[in-house]
Amino acid sequence: MYTPRPIFALAAMLALTLNLAVRAQQGHPTRLNIGTTPSPQELARFFAIPPDGRGLPLGKGTYAAGQKVYAETCAACHGDKLQGIPTAGVGGDRLIGGRGTLASEAPVRTVESYWPYATTLFDYVKRAMPLTAPGSLSDEQVYSVVAFILGEANILPKNSTLDAGSLPPVAMPNRDGFVPDPRPEIELYR
Amino acid sequence: MQDRQSFADDDEKTKCCIAAMIEAERVILARRRAELEDCACKSGMFPDPGRRRALFAAGTALAAGVGSALAPARAGERKAPPGAVLRDVPDDPTRVPGTPVADDGGYGTRSQFETEVRQRFPTPTTISSWTMTPLDKSEGVITPSGLHFERHHGGIPTIDPARHFLLVHGMVERPRKFSMADIRRLPSVSRLHFIECSGNGLTEWRKPTLKTVQGTHGLLSTSEWTGVQFSAIARQVGLREGAAWALAEGADAAVMTRSIPLEKLLTDAIVAYAQNGEALRPEQGYPLRLILPGWEGNTHIKWLRRIELSDKPFMTREETSKYTDLLGNGKARQFSFTMEAKSVITFPSGEMKLPGPGFYEVTGLAWSGRGRIARVEISADGGNSWQLAALQDPVLPVCTARFRFPWFWNGQPAVLQSRATDETGYEQPTLKQLIAIRGLAGPFGSVYHLNAIQSWAIAGDGSVSNVHA
Repeated sequence: MYTPRPIFALAAMLALTLNLAVRAQQGHPTRLNIGTTPSPQELARFFAIPPDGRGLPLGKGTYAAGQKVYAETCAACHGDKLQGIPTAGVGGDRLIGGRGTLASEAPVRTVESYWPYATTLFDYVKRAMPLTAPGSLSDEQVYSVVAFILGEANILPKNSTLDAGSLPPVAMPNRDGFVPDPRPEIELYR
Repeated sequence: MQDRQSFADDDEKTKCCIAAMIEAERVILARRRAELEDCACKSGMFPDPGRRRALFAAGTALAAGVGSALAPARAGERKAPPGAVLRDVPDDPTRVPGTPVADDGGYGTRSQFETEVRQRFPTPTTISSWTMTPLDKSEGVITPSGLHFERHHGGIPTIDPARHFLLVHGMVERPRKFSMADIRRLPSVSRLHFIECSGNGLTEWRKPTLKTVQGTHGLLSTSEWTGVQFSAIARQVGLREGAAWALAEGADAAVMTRSIPLEKLLTDAIVAYAQNGEALRPEQGYPLRLILPGWEGNTHIKWLRRIELSDKPFMTREETSKYTDLLGNGKARQFSFTMEAKSVITFPSGEMKLPGPGFYEVTGLAWSGRGRIARVEISADGGNSWQLAALQDPVLPVCTARFRFPWFWNGQPAVLQSRATDETGYEQPTLKQLIAIRGLAGPFGSVYHLNAIQSWAIAGDGSVSNVHA
């Protein structure tokens, strides 16, 4: 086995050390060991529900229960017929109707006519509704009010129950209504 | 079937807002004009007495009247404009000592004679609403932080930075939690970029609607942003094979979320904590905001608290039901992120009045989400002929460029336009071209991404108005 003479070994080590010192002064090292590792519990309080339903909570909700939730927490802004209230101080969007109007001179964009995914409705209600008390609804209440809105929109029957399994496959009328951004528009280069 | 009349749709809601905006603008214009009459400068150019004074001083015929144009202001009779402190104004500031040094507590205020403010678009609620930058008064390219336009969906949160964290997780090797102190230890960059809301100009698709450039283009601002490149954060967490998108989430009451392609994040995204040399303003995302240079403002998530890497987009409300562009054929464009080349003349602009024939420096802003502005051309005849404007140095990528153009007005009616071309060769289109491609889906067209050439008509009496030419 080859054994280097001590003087060469020392020189080699010195050169290596100097080399590392110089390199440490050039550019940014990629791993900085800054920040901490979040616990699974810390991460568990966040959610964002994609169309495949990943992360949907346990529990379920019914159209009937949703009717009550809607009347108590939604109707003041969105109207008792889900018709929307555009007036000053309110401003809740219309939620239903408008199918077949998107290509017309007076398009009506609602959950029923425009939203491509039912998971988005669950995510948004759980995330940001009602406007003055966001995040205040329980998961069961959110499933329920989603079942109610989709029932009123004639997308689901008016006696349906929703949960993590049955929400993602709901067929929204405008599921295929979106196209990728084609810009820059080639028509501008003719 | 439900009764159509009793139902409110987006367009009806927008119509209500626009009617309220027109009224709000009318009231503001009336008030500004009344203030002008107080200072005995009726023939001047609305809405900036300061600019008018400067112009008069530089002119010939009216130079003699300059002294009297400066009405003495007396503290006690006026209210200080926002961001100013009202002080007594001595007749001769060389005969009395000025305000004691550091009397402002160490953070300065603007002059009590400067009055420009952001103007709120009168949406039904003040929780979900927006304000517009007074571009008619803009100088250079930087927007003062206090005048940067705003768009909020759940009000402005008050966040203690000591309790604010950025979590980066999902399709990563090492999920990470960064405190604000951690973020500030990471390698930093500072860059000047504009932010424009993709709804800028939504009132203008069918007919000229708002009167001032603040109303037509005020959802545009420019700042120097300082923070950490997302690419540096990506190395800390280690991106997993298959990661292609990321959800950015804010800590406001809307818990705002957008899905962002990973390619963009790794190209030029900045997780920013500072704006124009100081910490972000609360309404701009304090303490942390995502900056996606050149992309629609809504994607620049404020109060950023979480980035979740994923293989697919999440299809959040703001990228499906909103911020999608409904075309005339009933289909809607989705993930239309880029703000394309655009420009606008800020002086002279809507509701100003030129006092008479003579020299004027036409000036304005041009910008593109795809890079640098290559050139800006000016037309004074409604687009029949064009001449190059001068661009203020330096012209930076994905940043507003200030242009200037010397113009002698002969007193005849004219239509002023600016047309920007960016370094990709993309030329700012006309409104007609955009509508021919996208159609007009309802009273507000496709709402978003109106980047057409703006026309200001100069009447024989010098008054300036918003027109479609």
